[in-house]
Amino acid sequence: MTIDRREFLLQTGKLLILTSSAAAALEYVLAGTPEEAPGYTVADHYWAMMIDIEKCIGCGNCARACKEENGVSRQPYYFRTWVERYHVRPEEPELPDVDSPNGGIDGFPEKYRGDDGSKSFFVPKLCNHCAHSPCTQVCPVGATFESPDGVVLVDKKYCLGCRYCVQACPYGCRYIDPDKKVADKCTLCYHRIRKGLTTACCEVCPTGARQIGDLKDPNDPVHEFLRTHKTQVLKPHMATGSKLYYNGLDGSVR
Amino acid sequence: MKELFKDKEHLVRMVGLFGIGFLLFGLMKIILVPNSFGLYGHYRGDSLAEVAAQPVAYAGRGACIDCHSDIDEARTGSKHAVIGCEACHGPLAAHVAEPEKLKPKLPDGEKICLRCHLANPARPVSFPQITLKDHSTDDPCTSCHPAHHPEIS
Repeated sequence: MTIDRREFLLQTGKLLILTSSAAAALEYVLAGTPEEAPGYTVADHYWAMMIDIEKCIGCGNCARACKEENGVSRQPYYFRTWVERYHVRPEEPELPDVDSPNGGIDGFPEKYRGDDGSKSFFVPKLCNHCAHSPCTQVCPVGATFESPDGVVLVDKKYCLGCRYCVQACPYGCRYIDPDKKVADKCTLCYHRIRKGLTTACCEVCPTGARQIGDLKDPNDPVHEFLRTHKTQVLKPHMATGSKLYYNGLDGSVR
Repeated sequence: MKELFKDKEHLVRMVGLFGIGFLLFGLMKIILVPNSFGLYGHYRGDSLAEVAAQPVAYAGRGACIDCHSDIDEARTGSKHAVIGCEACHGPLAAHVAEPEKLKPKLPDGEKICLRCHLANPARPVSFPQITLKDHSTDDPCTSCHPAHHPEIS
């Protein structure tokens, strides 16, 4: 067998790459899933959210509370959660009018008539906390990720602010923090749910249209909700593994 | 065999270079990759705790009822019994931490009531809604409907 220098270098290089990736994988396996918070084990939880559109009254409490809780910029371009109003005319069910004045924070001025055969309703939106999220797949540095307990988070110290994830999110749930210039989004109030509290938006929702649920807790009402309601996720054809379950979602909602 | 290693000098040089390369790679990895990177996946494991360290602004109804159980009793049987206190009163974790120092303001009655109860065709029909000009007089809402138990019996 003869082998020239070029070929030898190539093969050795390949071997080197293979060994280092194997070493990295081993590191991950050996590390396991250690805990860092007393009383909360990430492996014991898997968070999801349920939204009952039939209960949403468009009061905007959720959008307001989210900005208060998370210190989101008050400018009307930055929202971690917001409420959209859909207006569907019977002759064009595929082309709804959608508006969301200041995310619903200041309420929805009466704009449509209820007696002309059209229908209107509110759709609260937020991060879908996808299990196979497009936003985490495009991050070049590993600054955004799906946590073991099912929450999509941003590592603000590691984020470069390249905006790939903002473009990748099919639900428009990300923005660039105007102060820190890094990606920002709904954390499902991670700082609250780890303490056993509900999210700020769920806490202030007066009709219970929003609820968080722990899919790994057999006693959580989420199971009963999913069993007894016809639920749907947004853009199911994109196979994002969304964990934001809507009850009463109209076909016109995008 | 002897034939194969007759020019072993360049092999030794290359093995040396690879050795230095390995060392540099290891050194760079130690310096550049944060300790907790790869703990759970391709990200910094420590960032979970960092996100969770954010302070809470909304204390949650449990904290309110701990002291104001009388208000909770007043709501019994009312449709408003299920509403979180901070839905109308605003974020009050600071008040829970220092109850005497930070006294919350009383919410602006009419504004808060109408936020939910002003008639709007997009609202579910089963939800109680009013049109201002058809409903009542200029009196504040709470003169007939106590906020914590708004049903008129």
